[in-house]
Amino acid sequence: MAKFSLKVNGKTQEVDVDPSTPMLWVLRDHLKLVGTKFGCGIAQCGACTVHLGDNAVRSCQLPVSAIGEKSVTTIEGLSENGDHPVQKAWLEEDVYQCGYCQAGQIMNASAFLKRNPNPTDTEIEDAMNGNICRCGTYTRIKKAIKNAASTSNV
Amino acid sequence: MTLIKTTYNRRSFLKSSTLAGGGMILGFNWLASCKPTPEQVKNMPKEWFDINGFLKIGDNGMVTIMSPNPEIGQNVKTSMPMIIADELGVDWKDVIVEQAPLNTDIFQRQLAGGSQSIRAGWSGLRMAGATARHMLVAAAADAWQVDTSEITVDNGVISHGASNNSAGFGDMASKAATMPVPEEVQLKETSDFSIIGTDKRNVDGPNLVTGKPLFGIDIQEEGMMIAMIVHPPAFGLTYKSMDADAIKSMPGIKDVFPIDVYPDSVEKQWSDGGAINKLVAIVGESTWQCMQAKKALKVEWETSSSLESTEGHDEALTKLLNTSSKEPARKDGDVAGAFKKAAQIIERTYSAPFLAHNTMEPMNFYADVNGERALLNGPIQTPEFLEKTLASRLELPVDKIDIKMTRMGGGFGRRLYGTFGVEAAVISQKMQTPIKLVYTREDDMTQGTYRPTYKVKYKAGLDSEGNLIAWHVKGAGSNDDLLFENRFPAGAVDNYLAEKFSLESVVTTGAWRAPRSNFVAGAEQAFIDEVAEAAGKDPIEFRLELFDRAIKDPVGEPEKNDYDPERYAGVLKLVREKSGWEGSQKNGTSRGVSAYYCHNSYVAQVLDLNNDSKSPKVNKVWCAVDCGIVINPMAAKNQIEGGIIDGIGHASYSEMTFKDGQPQHKNFDTYRLIRHKEAPKKIESYFVDNGIDPTGLGEPSLPPIIGALANALYQSTGQRHYNQPFITEKSVIG
Repeated sequence: MAKFSLKVNGKTQEVDVDPSTPMLWVLRDHLKLVGTKFGCGIAQCGACTVHLGDNAVRSCQLPVSAIGEKSVTTIEGLSENGDHPVQKAWLEEDVYQCGYCQAGQIMNASAFLKRNPNPTDTEIEDAMNGNICRCGTYTRIKKAIKNAASTSNV
Repeated sequence: MTLIKTTYNRRSFLKSSTLAGGGMILGFNWLASCKPTPEQVKNMPKEWFDINGFLKIGDNGMVTIMSPNPEIGQNVKTSMPMIIADELGVDWKDVIVEQAPLNTDIFQRQLAGGSQSIRAGWSGLRMAGATARHMLVAAAADAWQVDTSEITVDNGVISHGASNNSAGFGDMASKAATMPVPEEVQLKETSDFSIIGTDKRNVDGPNLVTGKPLFGIDIQEEGMMIAMIVHPPAFGLTYKSMDADAIKSMPGIKDVFPIDVYPDSVEKQWSDGGAINKLVAIVGESTWQCMQAKKALKVEWETSSSLESTEGHDEALTKLLNTSSKEPARKDGDVAGAFKKAAQIIERTYSAPFLAHNTMEPMNFYADVNGERALLNGPIQTPEFLEKTLASRLELPVDKIDIKMTRMGGGFGRRLYGTFGVEAAVISQKMQTPIKLVYTREDDMTQGTYRPTYKVKYKAGLDSEGNLIAWHVKGAGSNDDLLFENRFPAGAVDNYLAEKFSLESVVTTGAWRAPRSNFVAGAEQAFIDEVAEAAGKDPIEFRLELFDRAIKDPVGEPEKNDYDPERYAGVLKLVREKSGWEGSQKNGTSRGVSAYYCHNSYVAQVLDLNNDSKSPKVNKVWCAVDCGIVINPMAAKNQIEGGIIDGIGHASYSEMTFKDGQPQHKNFDTYRLIRHKEAPKKIESYFVDNGIDPTGLGEPSLPPIIGALANALYQSTGQRHYNQPFITEKSVIG
């Protein structure tokens, strides 16, 4: 066990865990931020996507010891009132079915749009290809990303 | 208006003081972490009045509606309350929806399966709303001393024109709660619906996009431990022994023990299918610590039955299809004689592998069991059956067992089989502490309860005019005999023979989205495409000719045929029109058509492949649906789109194979699911507007799309596809 001081969603928090613990489980079990989801545990489905700095990363493969000074943003911290342009676009398009993968989809999409505010369809598909939606909401996800891109500065 | 007796289940309409454990109150404090927004707090009434088991009305006119059925992504948590709200006459913006717990005193069929929630719930939900409206009107009539028949209700306002009286629901709620439950109520005319048939966004949307704890796996309770299981690595192996001491000292680990989940004394329900009787349980402080201990644990297994492999399944199914059944499932006319006379005979065999459900949220359940009572909460499609098994396994009366349902991260049939709920309860009982059982993806994917593997052989005879004169189908599946012998083309062919066989297997199977249909539709619709081609006819025309026969002169007793050929033909004609089918196979694209009936609904689809790239991509799908009245078009389209993508994905890429009883895929690195790039670029859905009571919607769009895909692939590549996943047959999509 070791103590880590983590910057999560703008707050600094202490945890005392095994250094190999993936950030996913630090968030879910220790910081009680359960919006970030467990899907596969091997970085294949994208349900656990969070932002490390400005980059979308798979928190199930990110040991807490590798975080250091970098800030972590989860779905709970993407915006204060749930009104990030990507969140608004998701609500507008009524994207979700079961909804389980959508936090990961939103976190990946929001990091992607920050890098590429005006993506083509192919660029969206390439960027989102690591995020599985078992319910098959892919066409709505793409539409929501395009809407978010066209209506705002992400 | 329709006058309807409230005999459906009068207990449902009694005041909810009868609710066991105060079901209106959210007893589990994990939900408290879903803090209401300041606006919601501002709008909360000071007092609620229970009108009946389905709803309560606040003193400010807000209405809380209980959503009775489990939510797996089929959107019943929004659509079922919409039905109540419409009959009640409330403004949808004044409605708060809560997930009901299991309560068999009040609710019927709290089950997610068979695409039946809306169909089965339709009358009861309407009655619940209408009964409450009736009581509000009775309260107002009494207060104003006027006749109830002169009172109107609209958007949460009760009015009496002649006396110029009007009141909000909130003003009448306390009085309405004291009114007698009516013996009969009037339902709205369907043409008067104001909420049903309109787009309403998912009631959980704001909580989903902000990551609120909605799912079973999100449950956090005071004093709760994490539990994981180790199950046998192969079908045909069972637990023998383990070296528990080696991991008991690992950090955070509280206990490690074998569990008999289902001793012989337990009265099992159908929902316990796929149960693994003996497991190892690991209980610890955190998920990661349990995962580490799970990896380190050495378990010895022993062989309990045969260790099967995919090659063996394949051979055994082929062998079954080469036999004849003594009692065919259906026989019309003289099939052998007709084949002798036929000018052309086409015979083809189709196959499909086992499939895992792979819900994105792995199996999990919260349980807090002691000698007195059991509290359970989690993702379950069949809570009522879980309760029955728990009563037997825990030796507790049913009224000492409380089951709550969380939103589910997918179902697809997997969570019909609540063995994980029983496992959680048994572990909690042993530990005498609350636990949350969590499966890893590997546990989940290799546990079983799969879609069976199937094979089907079709033989069709055409006369010299290209008319279908004989049809012989033989179907076989693992622990499942596959065919629906009274579905199309039964009733449309003079000489028809259907035979079905089941292969015994130790690989456990269960319902997987659109059971049986999910394979047989694609096979049948691909075969019909080939037969139409041999007949020299347009594939839509060929099908319409058959439906015409079934309409005008059905073969066999008409009531035996379990489809309505006019509605079937209706969706085909609609998709033909919408897709601009005439003169199809345009430059650069290849298209296929398919139609199927299941879950009481009719679906026809046209799928366009784009041939511009190296491998064909699905450009667009047109889908025509007849599911009667559509409750929520925006959400209905979502179900249609999801079923189409699900069907294309699994037929193209997914399979579970076995070697010596061991599942050969354990996670998404080798078990391939459809991804963004492979999904259709566009899907257009059209619904037949016929005012018929609603039928299934969560499943019917999946089965036929596999046929449409196979038929379009043939147009694109010249290759017919007979074996799923199609990716194993050279030409690849996406």
